[in-house]
Amino acid sequence: MDLADRAEHKAFRAEVREFIAAHRHLAPEETADSYRLLPRPYSEKVRKWQSLLVDKGYASRTVPKSYGGFGAEPDILKTKIITDEFFRAGLPPALYNQGVSMLVPTLLEHGSEEQKKKWIEPTIRAEVFWCQGYSEPGAGSDLASLQTRAHEDGDDFVINGSKIWTSSAHIADMIFCLVRTETKAGKYDGISYLIFSMDTPGIEVRPLQTMTGHPSFNEVFFTDVRVPKSQVVGGRGKGWKIANSTLAHERGMLANTNHAAGRLQKITGMLKSETLNGRPLFENAVMMDRFIRLQARVQALRLHEMRLVTEAATGKPRNIADMVCKLLGCELNHQIDAFAIDILGEIGVLYDGVPSVHHDSIWQQFFMYDLGLIIGGGTAQIQKNIIAERGLDMPREPKSAKG
Amino acid sequence: MFFGLSEEQLLIQESFRGHLTRSIDLDRIRKTAKSESGTDTPLRQELNDLGLPGLLISEDFGGSGLQLIDAAIVAIELGRSMAPVPFAATFIMAPLALTLAGSPAQQAEWLPRLASGETTIGVALANYASGTRRSDSVINQNNRLNGKIPFALDAATADAFLIADTDGQLHLLRTGAPGVTVEVLPSIDGTRPLCTLHLENADAEPLAKNSPEAIEAIIRAGRIILAAESFGAAEEMLDRAVAYAKERNQFGRAIGSFQAIKHLCAEMAAELQPCQSLVWYAAYAFDHLPEDAALSALLAKSHMDEVGRFVSRSAIEVHGGMGYTDLMGLHFWFKRIGFNRAQLGGPENLRAAAARLQGFVAPAA
Repeated sequence: MDLADRAEHKAFRAEVREFIAAHRHLAPEETADSYRLLPRPYSEKVRKWQSLLVDKGYASRTVPKSYGGFGAEPDILKTKIITDEFFRAGLPPALYNQGVSMLVPTLLEHGSEEQKKKWIEPTIRAEVFWCQGYSEPGAGSDLASLQTRAHEDGDDFVINGSKIWTSSAHIADMIFCLVRTETKAGKYDGISYLIFSMDTPGIEVRPLQTMTGHPSFNEVFFTDVRVPKSQVVGGRGKGWKIANSTLAHERGMLANTNHAAGRLQKITGMLKSETLNGRPLFENAVMMDRFIRLQARVQALRLHEMRLVTEAATGKPRNIADMVCKLLGCELNHQIDAFAIDILGEIGVLYDGVPSVHHDSIWQQFFMYDLGLIIGGGTAQIQKNIIAERGLDMPREPKSAKG
Repeated sequence: MFFGLSEEQLLIQESFRGHLTRSIDLDRIRKTAKSESGTDTPLRQELNDLGLPGLLISEDFGGSGLQLIDAAIVAIELGRSMAPVPFAATFIMAPLALTLAGSPAQQAEWLPRLASGETTIGVALANYASGTRRSDSVINQNNRLNGKIPFALDAATADAFLIADTDGQLHLLRTGAPGVTVEVLPSIDGTRPLCTLHLENADAEPLAKNSPEAIEAIIRAGRIILAAESFGAAEEMLDRAVAYAKERNQFGRAIGSFQAIKHLCAEMAAELQPCQSLVWYAAYAFDHLPEDAALSALLAKSHMDEVGRFVSRSAIEVHGGMGYTDLMGLHFWFKRIGFNRAQLGGPENLRAAAARLQGFVAPAA
């Protein structure tokens, strides 16, 4: 154990701080949270800020220079220093959307040279907004059973079917999409990974009203949508493998404990300032106990993340320690939101920025949004299957229609 | 930044794990748990040879001069193997007390004998670690100690005891000295008997320094070591539950293929994974991060206590009726985890202390 920065990282931390001090006036006021809760096109200021971060190597740091990135060697410690310092300064971190976190790594690994040249730079500089076409009404946890099909017609694929839970489809420029192209192949080998414009004729986007009341998800319908075959990524029938390999990139996307720590910090303030019968809520022993329980959980996950960073930096293969992060992180965030709502009492049910309220009413939005995250991206139950089957080597679920 | 174990620490881990796995079997635990002392004396001797007693004791006194994180790594292995030998009080808290508050003469008298394993010292600091019950306390009148002090740890076979009087003065008391009576109380964990010390005009032998900080540090170290031991014990229980779920068949398939069982195991694993970092960090902070040492110890033990309870009962549940029997012996780990939870401050106590420490609530009067 040695928790101090080594010389190289100490210098890097100083460099990040210097950048922040010199440029923070250029940072957009919007928080990452506000985009998560209410997806909308990026403002000019957000795009400029993102582009500046790419230039300086604080966003998409390891993307090669030839594709518009900074071209740094992977160094997870530096990535963590950037994240931590931006958080510490109260600045929005670099954009972390599906284009940046999923499409770009996929293209870097499996894309053709032309695809890389065309799409990576505008994506990391927030000029092109992507959505992800994976889930379908009949293919959720069992994603590989997806039924959206494409038949060949000359140099094109013609797509028919529908997708659901497509975040931001209503504002996206492009989609990366799993489509069944190989009619004779089995369940897993018949899928291809296609990229195409959301302006292609035959695409209809219908917002899906969710419990938050804000449109963040959509249903997307494809009727005879024509996409050139050259827009397959990584070869026909390889879509399932490619989609899964992208998930391995999520190691860089560990449960970001800065969020949880930040919210807990806010709650500390609320417990001090909120009073009941004239006494601060911290004097309520149950409130105090709940707070420290959450504090211990945040601390545990924060330290666990440091362990994973060290394991990744020293080349230790992915293991059960990584697999628990999604389950724990999402559950913890949701518990923190729930606690905040309980602290606020009746105030906690006010919604949508009621102006007379001295605390913003964002906690209910978090509370619902974070429930969505417990379900999305592989439900808690699927996570438990993964932990048990891959992490603990327990017998697998019976799978039908194996390809 | 490097958040992990060094080569040397991995070696320590491996050597203790290897030795304990080879030496300890269920019969040995079962026999020891029924014995009066609760200590497996031959095993203690073997562990003396491995350097267990002297981990924290300076090399000047025959120890290894290691740090608390090294001791925590060992404690994890002791918990994993359910080692029926004393550790936290006699080989962590007592040497720390002597190191932090003892005179050079006291150190020279006790530390070498502790380091070699020749002697053990029980620790009775429950009055400072979790508060006093029924006003049990020890009063020092003109260097004569009177009163009763309960819940002494590692005391059944000890040659001496470390206690603190109502003024916060630490004392060493010899077993068998005039006015010192040791009452052994069996606990749920037969390898961890608790003792009550009755003092009647006992001769005080104060440690040289009267230091509240020393008492705090001793208790802090004890808490971290108990959390580490519970972590190891809980990991072992999970491992056994997973192994059993893969072997045991019902309805024509391994019970581990049912989500009801599989998800319970996944939940245990998910809860346990971060606890390792929590324990490592608290132990590291003890020696290296004074500003974070107090809080991280409170958070580590209180959280480990809760996760330990969840894992210990769930792992038994996975075994079904067999888990409830003595044949499987799982109850030994269950009891060790339950025992540790109550010692040196239970989780509610520790969380209240954490809130006071951070200034969220007023200090206790």
